Amino acid sequence: MESKTGYTLHHPKWHRDAKPIFWWVKRWVYIGFIFRELTSVAVAYSAILMIILYRSVQSGPEAYAQMLECLSHPVMLVINVLALGAVLYHSITWFNLSPKAMVVRLGDWRVPDLMIAGGNYAGWFLISAVIAAAYILG
Amino acid sequence: MAQEESPEYDVLIVGGGGAGLRAAIAAYETNPNLKIAVISKVYPMRSHTVSAEGGAAAVIKPDDSLDDHCYDTISGADWMCDQDAVESFVNEAPNELLQLEHWGCPWSREADGSVAVRPFGGMKIKRTWYASDKTGFHMLHTLFQTSLKYDPIQRYDEWFVTKLLVEDGRCQGVVAIELATGRIEPILAKSVILSTGGCGKIFPFTTNANIKNGDGMSLAYRAGIPLKDMEFIQYHPTGLPFTGILITEASRAEGGHLLNKDGYRYLQDYDLGKPEPKPVLRSMELGPRDRLSQAFVKEQERGGTMAGEYGHYVHLDLRHLGEKIIDSRLPFVRELCAKYENIDPVTDLIPVRPVVHYMMGGISTDIDAATVLPGVYSAGEAACVSINGANRLGSNSLTEILVFGARAGKNAAAFALEQKEASSGLQAQVEDERNRLAKLMLGEGTESIAGLRKEMHDTMEEGAGIYRTRDSLAASGQKVRELQERVVNVKVSDASHTFNTDLTAAIELTYMLDGAEAIIASALLRDESRGSHQRSDFPERDDDKFLQHSLAYREPGGSPRIEYQPVSITRWPPAKREYGQQKG
Amino acid sequence: MAEETITIEVLRYLPENGAEPEFQSYDVPLRSDWVVLDALNHIKDHIDGTLSYRWSCRMGVCGSCGMMINGEPVLTCAAFLTKYAPGPIRVEPLAHFPVVRDLVTEVTDFVDKLKHVKPWVVREEDKPLEEGEFKQTPAELSDFKSYTMCINCMLCYSACPVYGLEPGFAGPAALALAQRYNLDNRDEGNDERMARLSNDEGIWSCTMVGECSEACPKDVDPAGAIQRYKLAGAAEWWKSFITRKGK
Repeated sequence: MESKTGYTLHHPKWHRDAKPIFWWVKRWVYIGFIFRELTSVAVAYSAILMIILYRSVQSGPEAYAQMLECLSHPVMLVINVLALGAVLYHSITWFNLSPKAMVVRLGDWRVPDLMIAGGNYAGWFLISAVIAAAYILG
Repeated sequence: MAQEESPEYDVLIVGGGGAGLRAAIAAYETNPNLKIAVISKVYPMRSHTVSAEGGAAAVIKPDDSLDDHCYDTISGADWMCDQDAVESFVNEAPNELLQLEHWGCPWSREADGSVAVRPFGGMKIKRTWYASDKTGFHMLHTLFQTSLKYDPIQRYDEWFVTKLLVEDGRCQGVVAIELATGRIEPILAKSVILSTGGCGKIFPFTTNANIKNGDGMSLAYRAGIPLKDMEFIQYHPTGLPFTGILITEASRAEGGHLLNKDGYRYLQDYDLGKPEPKPVLRSMELGPRDRLSQAFVKEQERGGTMAGEYGHYVHLDLRHLGEKIIDSRLPFVRELCAKYENIDPVTDLIPVRPVVHYMMGGISTDIDAATVLPGVYSAGEAACVSINGANRLGSNSLTEILVFGARAGKNAAAFALEQKEASSGLQAQVEDERNRLAKLMLGEGTESIAGLRKEMHDTMEEGAGIYRTRDSLAASGQKVRELQERVVNVKVSDASHTFNTDLTAAIELTYMLDGAEAIIASALLRDESRGSHQRSDFPERDDDKFLQHSLAYREPGGSPRIEYQPVSITRWPPAKREYGQQKG
Repeated sequence: MAEETITIEVLRYLPENGAEPEFQSYDVPLRSDWVVLDALNHIKDHIDGTLSYRWSCRMGVCGSCGMMINGEPVLTCAAFLTKYAPGPIRVEPLAHFPVVRDLVTEVTDFVDKLKHVKPWVVREEDKPLEEGEFKQTPAELSDFKSYTMCINCMLCYSACPVYGLEPGFAGPAALALAQRYNLDNRDEGNDERMARLSNDEGIWSCTMVGECSEACPKDVDPAGAIQRYKLAGAAEWWKSFITRKGK
């Protein structure tokens, strides 16, 4: 966005720096931020995988077995482990941010940030535990 | 803002601080069809109103009374203020603060949701509205944000005014430099309000911001308007020596001690009571501001102060309060010391000294904020109505910018509605001004801006400080006259048209020298001691001769001429100003 | 004994000479009570009168003197030289703003954005002064108090990569200011502001980098303000979605 007009008396000629494509490699915070943004790809991927899995269950045991076989391929395993890591990272940053968006008041008392984030984590573990229990008790 | 034709306004406000913004809104409310502009050398939210901490006084609680506020103001002012002006001020104060509340100012509150008030020095009763310890900041931002609502209020941000245009016996606008481009343009107006703040930067040690050079005072002075009561300058006893950052009275109220170089609480030697383990109101460190500042000078004369790079100083000791009290009661003091002066009051002694804080004097106006020059109005610290007299009562100044800002806006609007079109002869004046500034920018001078400024600082501190004598003032007067002659030859080293702060610094220096000359001339002739004006050679107040405002007029050659105008006394005859002892 | 010095490298830009910005070095005394702004003033007064920058209060409340020091946006009046010793210290104009000259940036865009969020008390009917003040409990005040502390220093805009990439973004300070009025119990302007700000140049542009709150010298936490605003925006959207469905 460099201004091309030359300086004339009494007309400003501003200098503007264009932001380089790799602006975010200059600082760790920005790298972390770009990484967090990229993890949304993993979130989307996991959602799509879920849908495909669900469809294969619907389509009968044969399709399901085929799906399981596909998923046990080493390449798929690596992809899914990476995706799991990325989704976990995404969830954690999300939960940590939740107190920023939610201000909860009980009377005059403002619920501290730690408790709001903690509540989210507790909910997360509770649901995970219920699912795990349902699976184990089968 | 690229108009080719000279813009023409009904009301033009110079200065975008609290008084100016209040005036702009008042002018709009008087008549929404008026063309209004605010011209300011900084963006409005940078104005010095932003630095005021304490609060704004107005009677609102049932146990308070308007008469009490009047009396506190008048006695605080050592009977130098006009009592009719004080009465109007006190009457209009509550509504003005209430108006600001309706505009969103985050005033601190009582538990029931009503506005909270707190005590302040020199007040008999709690009457100071406050927004934490950043009252001026919140007031300024509330006014600025509210002013954005009014589209007809046009702003010229970062335009620097160099001249008032006077023709046919009335002021018809200004000439100003657009800083971003260096354009020099006339901005015409049927009425002009000067709300440019004080001129504390004339002195070396001040709480004032860099922008406070008395621009408006000098503009008015050069246009033939007198400056009133310029000899009255309020000092704050505890400023940080280098930066002038103010360490609030609260630090002493919480139990802070003032120590000389031997660690001795020297105030006990200056008739300010005896040291007690707990802080006692109106005694020792909690004595009135001017008495504390004066004790500092006496202690310096006795050799009890310490000499530092930035002049003499004493120590404010908060260490014995402990980290807990400092953090809970004085967090802002700790923050200021740490962030801007690199010291920690929990472990370190704080170097402090009296610093110039506020100008009681200024552009002489009547009770309607009008000056003697038709079309020119003034409000705020730039003006002198006078409600501050010889010593301003703490927390009156923030209220003053609202009350008299609104009055200036209303009256300037009414004046504008009666005026005809601009005179034809203005263009020649504009050309002269362009030539004058162009010549300044040639850079042919030899005197350095910083050098002259330093000489001005030194002589003002030396001769026109807390204590003055005829000899010291005469010597400083001579020196400032010499500087006035030398500043003609000042060197502007920057030839650029873009944001040339060297040019503006040079012009500001000339503004300050005008203010300095008026201060000295007024102080030299006032052979008495009253409020902030202390003459070692005339230690008593002299009501017979000096219950009068001084008016400094600029003579054609540049030197000041002093005239006097009686103080208006209505219901409160002069009495002794009582401090130090117990009183109602 | 020679006084210890430190080198300040200042990015100079003069539109008249047609050249690109360049660093210029100055040696200034290294004093423990000097901040970078004092060093600039020393340069201006004693070494080079042509250096241009803005400053006023020197106590962190006027918001004029924000600059990039060694790549970080800070108030130069609160940046001690000793913190950066032995130097050199790089001083540049605030990032993401066009440069007018030297360290002076163009801020009209920022001020226009403040106005865009309607930063004033919006009321259907003004309350007459005779009725006294609005009641506001300390708890109600504390809902928005931190958002009133913004000094408009614009450090958050320099820290915000979104603003750097999309100058149309309303930005942290302006959105926090909108929230300041939204959460004030005297105000009734939520809907008007939401209509202006619930879009791609308003709250939904924020990707929660969080650096604005890190840079803020007054702990305003604009990032938090915007997240709260987003939550309110999402709730608003659902509400209108459901009521539309219901009809």
